[in-house]
Amino acid sequence: MSVSPEVAGRTFPETPPYDVSRAKIREFATAIGAEPADETPMTFPVVVGFDALQRFMTDPDVGISLHRVVHGDQRFVQTRPVRAGDVLTAELTVESLRQGAGTDIIGTRTEIRTTDGEHVATSYATLVHRGAEPAE
Amino acid sequence: MTRAPSPLSSAEPGTALHARTFTIRRADLVRYAGASGDFNPIHWSDRVATAVGLPGVIAHGMYTMALASRAVGEWAGGFDRIIEYGVRFTRPVVVPDDDTGVDIEVSGTVEGVRDDGALTVGLTCTCRGEKVLGMARAVVRREA
Repeated sequence: MSVSPEVAGRTFPETPPYDVSRAKIREFATAIGAEPADETPMTFPVVVGFDALQRFMTDPDVGISLHRVVHGDQRFVQTRPVRAGDVLTAELTVESLRQGAGTDIIGTRTEIRTTDGEHVATSYATLVHRGAEPAE
Repeated sequence: MTRAPSPLSSAEPGTALHARTFTIRRADLVRYAGASGDFNPIHWSDRVATAVGLPGVIAHGMYTMALASRAVGEWAGGFDRIIEYGVRFTRPVVVPDDDTGVDIEVSGTVEGVRDDGALTVGLTCTCRGEKVLGMARAVVRREA
């Protein structure tokens, strides 16, 4: 099964607000071995960005089979580091969809903002979705 | 906050940045799964990883990307100075189930200076002698 062509250009609902704690920032920084662990790692927005990606990939209208998807590339543009006390949401838009030879190449852009509307980061991810193997 | 001068403060195109080596063990993947929320079993279960055709458990691409970002953060003098950072996941990092783990090596070179003064840095990230990140590039603000 391929991804529905209708997802191209579509913006998906924002993720529920995520309260960023000092403990979460430390947990993430420690997980990547960063020291001191109180500085927010540049890729921390993945915590909310991944939630948006997960919701997109499991949306039954989209048509993705999770075990056939790989993360092709990833880029972050940081407006400012995430801070403890931020309440963040992530809003995913399918920027591009290329389909051919049973493969879908899905370009996504996820805007990560505070619930006050302040922009924090943009996450761009390309997902490569391979179609089902031909029947034997 | 005052900071030590970063290696990038006096860098110019062509400047090679201090290479870093990071070791990845299984336990690191478990910890990263919890911290990031990515619990895909190919990052902790050999059974699932081999069932989908991988040689074994592989690191999250985002974890490798995050480790390499530590090198960028050190060169820049702080994660807050990284304006932009992108990579392509070209090859999986297979992480053995032992106490030694596997090393990835990250090096960087200043590629250019943008009109706004920010530096573009090209990264090379290898594991077992092969590139695991492609088109890896960061844009870094120099200290004010």
